Amino acid sequence: MIPTERMIPRTGLTMPATGCYRLFELTAWYVSVFTMSRERRRSVGCRAQSKETSGMTHILDETGSVTIAEPTKETRSEEDLDLPWQIVVHNDPVNLMSYVTMVFQRVFGYPREKAERHMLEVHHKGHSILWAGMREPAELYVQQLHGYLLLATLEKIS
Amino acid sequence: MEICRQNDQIEISELDPFLAELLRQIPASTSPDGTPAAEQRLFSSPTNGKQPELCAEWKTYVEPELRRLFQSATETVAADLEQLNGNEKSLANRTLRIPTKHTDAWLSALNQARLVIAAKNNFTESELSDHLRSPIGSRRDLSLFQINFYGFLQEFILRELDG
Repeated sequence: MIPTERMIPRTGLTMPATGCYRLFELTAWYVSVFTMSRERRRSVGCRAQSKETSGMTHILDETGSVTIAEPTKETRSEEDLDLPWQIVVHNDPVNLMSYVTMVFQRVFGYPREKAERHMLEVHHKGHSILWAGMREPAELYVQQLHGYLLLATLEKIS
Repeated sequence: MEICRQNDQIEISELDPFLAELLRQIPASTSPDGTPAAEQRLFSSPTNGKQPELCAEWKTYVEPELRRLFQSATETVAADLEQLNGNEKSLANRTLRIPTKHTDAWLSALNQARLVIAAKNNFTESELSDHLRSPIGSRRDLSLFQINFYGFLQEFILRELDG
């Protein structure tokens, strides 16, 4: 049986199974790294950069009707343009050195030598940058580090 | 006290009443008991203070998850420690067996307890490095001994995990 309509992922809307529709969904959805449930990003997720696109745009509104709009601007989410973030682990006189090494190995999959190098950097310099990259995986790493009770912060690379 | 690995268990034997009591104190020691410094240490800020929006999200979504995680580890440890329940006399030369599948829970609970005790007592780094201090002098000395004893158990578990 051919379905007559299908659900548009993450919107709660349906659209016909046949025909071509482009949907510019300006609000970004994501699977929360914290709760593993769907959450709507705040509207700030849509600010950032836009660029002109050519051709007509079909817009599906909340009632399910399709309208044709003038050439519009394609908006990129903030995530697309996100500057890298870094994960910094700070010294703590209570956590054991062997424990911290084990956590770095487990969380980041680092080999023992690399994990120990970072652990010693934390111990001697007071902090070490463990990882840099996009915000969402960085948040997940920091959450894991806090789960192991390490003092870890997420910082935007300026 | 003797500690060794026996197949899929870590066995702590010949426990005297004092050390058995310290072990029994682990679950209770993980509780910040409303001490802000201890609470802040267990649930530290995820940022360097420049991302208030992220901190707010963290409080809403992550902290409850972390609380559940810590609580779950503490409950596992508390269940293992039921082996030590009994009257004072029966605590002499008792043996505690920790299943190896519980070692992560033990590492977490021991770490929670050490961090909370250190935060409540505001121990300095040099005090924490003083492993030879007698536990008899004062309540503070006993707390320091407790931190070191729990640290010793953590070290042993880590060594066993390392194979």
